This record gives sequence, C-alpha cells and structure tokens, in this order.
Amino acid sequence: MAIARSTAAIGDDVIGLRNVITDSMTEAGRHLRILPRNVELLIFATIQPVMFVLLFSYIFGGSIQIPGYDDYDQYLMPGIFAQSVVFGSAFTSIGIAEDLSKGLIDRLRSLPIAQSSVLIGRTISDLLRNIITFVIMLVVAFLIGFRFEGSLWAALLATLLLLFFSYGLSWVQALIGLSVSSVEAANSAGFIWMFPMTFVSSAFIDTSTLPGWLQEVADANPFTHLTNAARALYNGNPVGNSVWLSLAWSVGLVAVFATLSIRKFNETSS
Amino acid sequence: MSAVVAEGLKKHYGDTRALDGLDMEVAQGTVYGLLGPNGAGKTTAVKVMTTLVKPTDGRAWIDGIDVAENPRVVRTRIGLTGQYAAVEERLTGRENLELIGRYFHHAGTERSARAIELLAMFDLTEAGDRVANTYSGGMRRRLDIAMSLVARPSVLFLDEPTTGLDPRSRLAMWDFIERLGDEGTTVLLTTQYLEEADYLAEQIMVIDRGRKIAEGTSDQLKDQIGGDKVRVTIVKPENIQRAKEAIAPLCVGTVEQDPQSALTLTAPINAGGGVVPGIIRALDDAGVDVVDVEVRRPTLDDVFLVLTGHAAEAAGGDGEDG
Repeated sequence: MAIARSTAAIGDDVIGLRNVITDSMTEAGRHLRILPRNVELLIFATIQPVMFVLLFSYIFGGSIQIPGYDDYDQYLMPGIFAQSVVFGSAFTSIGIAEDLSKGLIDRLRSLPIAQSSVLIGRTISDLLRNIITFVIMLVVAFLIGFRFEGSLWAALLATLLLLFFSYGLSWVQALIGLSVSSVEAANSAGFIWMFPMTFVSSAFIDTSTLPGWLQEVADANPFTHLTNAARALYNGNPVGNSVWLSLAWSVGLVAVFATLSIRKFNETSS
Repeated sequence: MSAVVAEGLKKHYGDTRALDGLDMEVAQGTVYGLLGPNGAGKTTAVKVMTTLVKPTDGRAWIDGIDVAENPRVVRTRIGLTGQYAAVEERLTGRENLELIGRYFHHAGTERSARAIELLAMFDLTEAGDRVANTYSGGMRRRLDIAMSLVARPSVLFLDEPTTGLDPRSRLAMWDFIERLGDEGTTVLLTTQYLEEADYLAEQIMVIDRGRKIAEGTSDQLKDQIGGDKVRVTIVKPENIQRAKEAIAPLCVGTVEQDPQSALTLTAPINAGGGVVPGIIRALDDAGVDVVDVEVRRPTLDDVFLVLTGHAAEAAGGDGEDG
C-alpha cells in the first residue's frame, strides 16, 4: 500500500492548563445553560432537601432529645444540610450516564479539547447547582427557627466544608456514571450507598446511642466528621479535629477519584 | 496523501474479534463506504480511527497523522457523527453549533457566522432557534452532521447516518451527504444498506467479522454479485422458449429458467429501470401471457451470500433494503 508516513508537521499534542480551564468553563456553561430549561430536575433537586428539612424537624423534633441541645433543630439541620448536598452529588453520575447514552461523550471525546474538562466542567456545574439547592434549604431552615449560633465566618466555613465534601463525592459519582451501562443503573448505583453512609452517622442522632459495633462504624464514617464539623461551626461549639478530618477526606476523595475518573474517561465510549 | 489509512487494525474484546486485521485506504476528497451487517466491525473501525478506542494491534493515520500517537492533532482534523444523534437536546440548533465552535476556541463572531451558514446548508434555518428536542429524527441527524462540520474537518466520519430514518428522510439525507462530497470533504460512511453505499460512495469496502471481504466501486461489486435481475413468470409452460427468446435482447446476460418452476425465467438486466416496460412489450408481441414481472435488486444479503457463502445473519430485520 502506498502509505504517506511523512508525518513531519505534527502539531502540539500537549494540553496546557489554560485550555483545561477554558474547556472546563465551556462544558460547565453547557450544563448551566440548560439548567433553567430542565424544570423537573430543578424542582426535584429543590423539593427533596426542603421536604427533608420539614419532615425530620416536625416528625422527630418532638421525640429526639440530644444532650447539650435544647432545640433538636439546631442539632438536626447541619445533618440535613450535609445529607442534602451529598445526595445532590448523585446528579453527577446521572448526567454523565445520560451524556454517554446519547453519544455526547463520544462527540466530546472526538473534539480536540482537554479531555479532563468534560468531567471538571460537569462536577463544577453540579457544585453550582448544589449551592442553589443549599441556599433554598437554608432559607427554609431559617423560617422554622434554625439560627447560626456561632460567628458568620464559622457558618461560612461550615458551608464550604459541606460543599467541598459533596464536590469530592461528585468525583466518586463521575466514576460511577462512567462505569454503569444505563441512566437507570446510574440512578440506583449513585444513590444506594448514600443511605447507609448518611444514616449510620451522627447526622440525625447521637452516635453513643448506637450498639457497640455500629457506633464504631458511625464514628469512623467520614460523613460523621463532616456533620460534626458543620454542626459545631453553625452552633459556635468547639470543633475538635472534625474540621481537619473532614477537609482531609474531601481532599482525598477529589485526588483519588478525579484521577480514576479521568483515566476511565479516556477509555470510555458508548 | 491518503486521507485515511489503516494497516492491520485489530480490536479484540475478550474472545470477540471486532476488528481482525483491517486494511483500508481512503483517497482525499472522496466518499468511501464501509458496508456490512450489524456486528461486522464498522463502528469499531470508526471508533479506532476517531481516537475513541485504542486498537489491540495495527495502526491508523488521518492525513498522515498517527491516531494512537497524536490523538489530539487527529481530533483537529476529523468530524464524527456517531450512531446516535449526539445533540444537546435542551439547546437550540444554533446553540448546539455555537457550542462546538466554543470547544474549538473560535471567536464569537466566527461561531455565530458558521452556525448561520451550517443551519442554512442543512435546511435548519427556520428551526435554528427551537430547542433540539422538538426536532424530528431527520432534523436531529442533520444537526448532528452540521455539528461535525463546524471546524471544517478534513475527514468526516458518518456512522450509519440513515439508520432509523423513514424512507423520505433517508433520501433527503442522501442529498445532504452527496453535497458534502461535492465540497471536497473526505467522507467515510458506514452503512448496512447496499443502496446507500451504491448511491453515495465512490469506493466501497464490504466487511464481515472485522475483515475486508471485498472492495471496489459499486459497479465492480455488482459485477461480482450479479447486479439487478428480472424475474418473469408466464402462464403456459409451452411458451417458455418463446419467452426466453423474446426478452434475451433486453437483458445483459443469459436468460435462465428457474430450476424450481417451469413458468419462471430470471435474467440479469442493467440497473436504473426502464427495462421492464420493454420486457412486457416484447412478451406481448411474442404472444406470451404474463403473470408477473419483477425486478430484484441485490441486497446486502446477496452480497454476503455471494462473497462469504453465508447470509448476513447478524443484520436481522435491519438488513433489508428500503
């Protein structure tokens, strides 16, 4: 065969950081642009957290007493906040599975963009959507009597910790979205493990009330560190090492799962 | 320089050999058809050549650039329209096109100018500001192809561009694809439809089980498999010889009697129609009463039967020509 192998003029095959940023913004822009057009998703992303705030507060509020807290809402709300932003990360796997099933991932992978930007853009836009959800939830919590008992800075730090942790889980979800074969599978695979993670923790109860082994699990659960940190900061209590532990987990999640997801992405095709 | 070259491409998934040593060469500015049933390896070949999948063995070049070594450079030269209409459903047609321009870092004015141009080219100007999930299947496919053309690729890959379209949309799509070829874009098209490859492609490769089984122009392939055939069924068996003599001058090969029927003749004819009225007239003039005159075009199944000795089994119901 007459093959032209004179591959003399080959351009730059290396992607600069600037391209990663630009392409990630384009990709995040795509998702944010369609967000207002996806009314169902917006409603569900908002209703569920608000429902949890109201349900837990009114159903359990009367019957659960936590030592050191006169008002269960002050104990509960940081847990609900944490659970809701963590649940919000599940949209990452659903969105990626959807793009994959529609052939959009193949299209994006055939473009000369920084490949990692597809996942970075996705997780960033999911983070922004999660912030919207969080603000709505916070307003409802304030309406039923929740207050920042500590400083505003402490409350801000608590909020950032929650969002950072959910961002870390978004990368776990990215890997799930790339690994499953359908949107439906992404939906269950993304959600199912988050129930034990958020319930076997200090989010709704005092872990010392749990039986021995379960208590150990709950106390080791990164979600417990996150909730403890947020709760202490919102209520102006001493944080112990919970803030550092929660931060370390979030950094670890991003580092490990971003690496795995991006590697997986480069081999994924619908 | 050839636009696309593949050398001994192999892709194995466990025991499945999706590609089993495929060689290919596509000349610049031509439309090349990759014809085969489902599971023949067409899509895998496209995925390897568009950098989506790494081959187990073998190499491929786009404009002389190695797809495995310089995937990013290759991506600046190709456009890919996969089997799904990969459009963002909640964006309008125009926004979809501008989005691709953004990925290519085109300036704002260039993005909108190119979008306008492509909308017009694909007859989507009126629908341009509607969100894509209101589009029909054919419109979606057209938008999909338009999106692949935003950066004026040197090679456009079209993976089964008309599968799932109704016959009218398919014909319209053929028109658009034909125009691309006229504009000098190299097009590599995969299809399950012999008619489609015949209509669009200058050069056709028939593949099966990840291997090439035939290659040539549509005429060359038809010569191999026998081209169009006419099948004449008459009323009285004693007239069969007279019928044979009457239609022989209108056919391009020997007129044969069907081994299973004393009333039926088959004969190869030139494609393109116009022969049937003549045949009926000739039979009428010879005083032969006719039950049925039927023209049979070779289908993918015929191609396979002749070239491989087995039917295009994986194609199933999709294998029939429209």
